[in-house]
Amino acid sequence: MKNAVCLKEKGMRNKNSGKLVEMPGKTGRVHCEKKRKNLSNWLFLAPCLLTLALCAGWPLLKTIYFSFTDAALDSLNDFQFIGIDNFINLARDQDWWIAVKNTFVITVVAVPLETILGMIIALILHRNFKGRGWMRAIVLVPWTIPTIVSARMWAWMLNDVYGIVNELIIRVGIVDSPIPWIADNTLSIVSIILVDVWKTTPYMALLLLAGLQSLPQDCFEAAEVDSIPFHKILMKIILPLMKPTIIVAMIFRGLETFKIFDLVYILSSGNSATATMSVFARKHLVDYADVGFGSAAATALLFFIAFLSIFYISFNRKKLNKLS
Amino acid sequence: MIKAENKWKYKRLVKNAAFAGICLVIAVCCLFPFYWAVVSSFRDGANIFSTDLWPTHLSFENYNTVFKDKTFLCSFWNSAAVATMTAFLTLAVCLFAAYPLARHRFPGRKRVLMIALGVTTLPQVAVLSGMFELIRVLDIYNEKAALVLSYMIITVPFTLWTMTNFMRSIPKEIEEAAIMDGANQRTILMKVFLPILGPAIVTTGLLAFIAAWNEFLFALTFTLTNQARTVPVSLALFSGASQHEVPYGLIMAASVLVTLPLVVLVVIFQRRIISGLTAGSVKG
Repeated sequence: MKNAVCLKEKGMRNKNSGKLVEMPGKTGRVHCEKKRKNLSNWLFLAPCLLTLALCAGWPLLKTIYFSFTDAALDSLNDFQFIGIDNFINLARDQDWWIAVKNTFVITVVAVPLETILGMIIALILHRNFKGRGWMRAIVLVPWTIPTIVSARMWAWMLNDVYGIVNELIIRVGIVDSPIPWIADNTLSIVSIILVDVWKTTPYMALLLLAGLQSLPQDCFEAAEVDSIPFHKILMKIILPLMKPTIIVAMIFRGLETFKIFDLVYILSSGNSATATMSVFARKHLVDYADVGFGSAAATALLFFIAFLSIFYISFNRKKLNKLS
Repeated sequence: MIKAENKWKYKRLVKNAAFAGICLVIAVCCLFPFYWAVVSSFRDGANIFSTDLWPTHLSFENYNTVFKDKTFLCSFWNSAAVATMTAFLTLAVCLFAAYPLARHRFPGRKRVLMIALGVTTLPQVAVLSGMFELIRVLDIYNEKAALVLSYMIITVPFTLWTMTNFMRSIPKEIEEAAIMDGANQRTILMKVFLPILGPAIVTTGLLAFIAAWNEFLFALTFTLTNQARTVPVSLALFSGASQHEVPYGLIMAASVLVTLPLVVLVVIFQRRIISGLTAGSVKG
């Protein structure tokens, strides 16, 4: 019986070009249709939401929970609640603060560099020239190469004795003696930034290119007709219009860089002077089997990220609102 | 008059040359590391230390060794299996979920999208210990299933956003025509949308595949034996007899083998990948 009512409703909805119209006296039926549709929506969503709950929600809550305990890797079921001791120890741990500093330095230096270089590449790819397709494919190559492969490739190129980078800069005459790119702690951070910029600039360029292409193109044409020099077009038209895209892309990249793990793991081989927050957390969690303390470090990183995320999400929400 | 025209031509020439120069510099910067890896991979023994920029003589020694290495082949197979499984599962889950998110307005819709966006920002270490416990409970430690399960946290939110964006771009008229013909929701999704979404599915599936193929942190933590490792992990742990004797020739050969399939895929699907990458994030 209920079904029949719903079917009847369906017919009516079709006539009204898919939109439900609330009619006086018929609210009950509309309600029935709405409810059924709502249920089917959630049925469609269920597998996805269950997956997210199982592999993101539960582990996340569990990690935060572990950070208040003294759990060890081999006794995950047998632990004691020790309050905020882990966090106090974390705040007293010098290596942690070094890791925090390293993460900040890498993010603050790498992200603006990526943005500037990415913008240059995006502007080039936005122009219409012969071989643009090739250029786009070439620019994508660093992004394609798995991070571990890039890290090992660069470790080989930056090798202090046999590396091609040292060889080339000596040959050109920039320096006299080989530079210990990876052995030296400060230079190691420089190398990490260098490789990160190399690897992620393409992605940045693509994000910015998408932004460029969604700008009203007649602006450029008008400016070109008026023969306004390019640097003026860039400063007065492109950059102001691109500001929201640039900010979102920078926050997005900042979030990613904050979590940096792979590159640091390979390029600094476990040295605590060059570790980042992720490396620090994993080292304590897995290598030292101290799940409680490691989880506390991971939770602290989560807090930093959450701060940035709120910015990121609120920016995206504006876009979402515009869309719907 | 002629002079002015010449000057204009000259200026244009300089401009074009400068533009080409910049393009060349960028291309060299992007390609050189991979080029150098390829060149190094063809140098055997002590030749590896040569700093000649051009390949002097070709030796397949390194590739021979890599192909004879059972552990490496095993990890190659593991990576392929895990990445394929992850891509398929992700697509299956996200296709269904993206449909109501893209085509219907209902309470909670925005919240679901926001949660997915929030999950993309989660650092992997923040779920590490919880995931470790989950994997122990499910008794899948050191197995492919553990990796597939953990990779879903990376691939699902991103795919959901991208898929929703793609699905939103399908004209409403198509859906309405199907409703007129008496199709229900499932039929609309499976018989009408799925064929239209073919290219989008290829794109998002490929991106999920690449993400799973490249993942390192989970693979390093949730596998223990050589038989279970994926390519990035075995590459990272590839080392010689002693610490000072890193077999760079072998590493470079293995790196090239791992990267080549990806480079080929990306060059072929370049346009699609770019649209997928940007649809998922900034374009919103």
